[in-house]
Amino acid sequence: MTDRKDDLVNYVIALGDDSLILGQRLSEWCYHAPFLEEDLALANVALDFIGRAQMFYDYASQLEKGVRSADEIAFLRDTRDYRNLLIMELPIGDFAFTMARQFMVDAYNYLYLQQLLRSTDKTLAAIAAKATKETDYHLRRSQEWVLRLGDGTDESHQRIDKAFGELWGYSAELFGMSDCETALLSKAVSVDRTALSADWTKLVSETLEQATLKIPSDDWQISGGREGLHTEHHGHILTEMQYLQRTYPGLEW
Amino acid sequence: MTHKQAVHTPLFEIFIRSKRGLDHKHVGSLHAEDAEQALEYARDCYTRRSEGVSIWVVNSRDIVASQEEDAASFYDPMEDKPYRHATHYVLPDAINNM
Repeated sequence: MTDRKDDLVNYVIALGDDSLILGQRLSEWCYHAPFLEEDLALANVALDFIGRAQMFYDYASQLEKGVRSADEIAFLRDTRDYRNLLIMELPIGDFAFTMARQFMVDAYNYLYLQQLLRSTDKTLAAIAAKATKETDYHLRRSQEWVLRLGDGTDESHQRIDKAFGELWGYSAELFGMSDCETALLSKAVSVDRTALSADWTKLVSETLEQATLKIPSDDWQISGGREGLHTEHHGHILTEMQYLQRTYPGLEW
Repeated sequence: MTHKQAVHTPLFEIFIRSKRGLDHKHVGSLHAEDAEQALEYARDCYTRRSEGVSIWVVNSRDIVASQEEDAASFYDPMEDKPYRHATHYVLPDAINNM
C-alpha cells in the first residue's frame, strides 16, 4: 500500500475516503432528521459528498489504468485500507453532534479546497473547483446551525457544547501530514495541511465565540486515519455500506 | 392549538424565477425559523434539479388573501360588463391593425 510510485493513487483515494465516509454518515439522517426541510437539506449535503467521492475514485481508477473500478475501491476494501480522517467516521450522535462535526469539517474543507484549486494536478484542481462551490454552501449552513444551537435554548446550548467537547480531540488530525501527502507536496500536487491550522482555529473560534460556546481544551488528541488505524465505528459503517456488494458480488444497479 | 404552534416553525411561501426575464412563480411552502433559513431550505427543496436562478421567500403570515365568501361581491359584478374587454368592440374597416 505504501509503494512510493503509488503516492498519487493513495492520496486521491484518501480524499475520496474522507468524502465517502462522511457522506455515508450523513445519509443515515435520511428520514430521521428533526423535520422535513432539514431532512432534504442533509440528504443534499450527503449526496454532495458521495458525488465527490465518486470523482476521486474515478480518478484513482484511471490512474491505476482500470485495475480497480471506482465501485471496487469503495466497496471491496476493508477498514485497514481506508484512509479517511477519524472525524469523518464517528457516529452521527444527536443533531447537535452531527452539526458540530459538520461545521468543523466544512471549515476544514473550505480552507483545504482553496489550496487544492492550485494543485499542479489538473484533475484534482478541477474536482476542487466543483467541490468548493458546494462547500461554501455547506459551511454557511453548518455555521448557522452552530449559532442557532449554541445561542439557542439551554438544552441546545448544552448539547452542542458537549458535542464540540467530544469532537475537539479529532481536530489535530486535520492538520497532520501522511507520507504520501508530504511526498506530493514537493510537486505542489497535495495541500500542506499544517499550514491550514491557524486559519481554521480562527474561523472556528470566532464562530464558537459568537455562538456563546467555549473553545474546548486541547487536553487530548487522536490520529491514525490516514494510516488505516480507525476507531471501532469504522467496521460497522463498512458492514452496512458494503453489504450489497459483499452479498451479491458484482451486482449492478 | 398552542401545542401545534410550539412544534411548528413559521410557514414561508416560496417563489422561484426559473430563468432571467421570467416572473417569480409560487412553487410551494415550507417551515423555517426565519427568512434566511427559509431561503436555504428553498434552495434545498425546490432548486435541486436546477429549477431556478432566483428565490423569494415570504412569510405566509404576511400574505393577505381574498376569501371564498367574498367571491360574489368581488368577481360576479364583472360578468355583465363585456365592454371592459377589447374584444367587445368592432373596429372600423379603415383600421387594419391595432
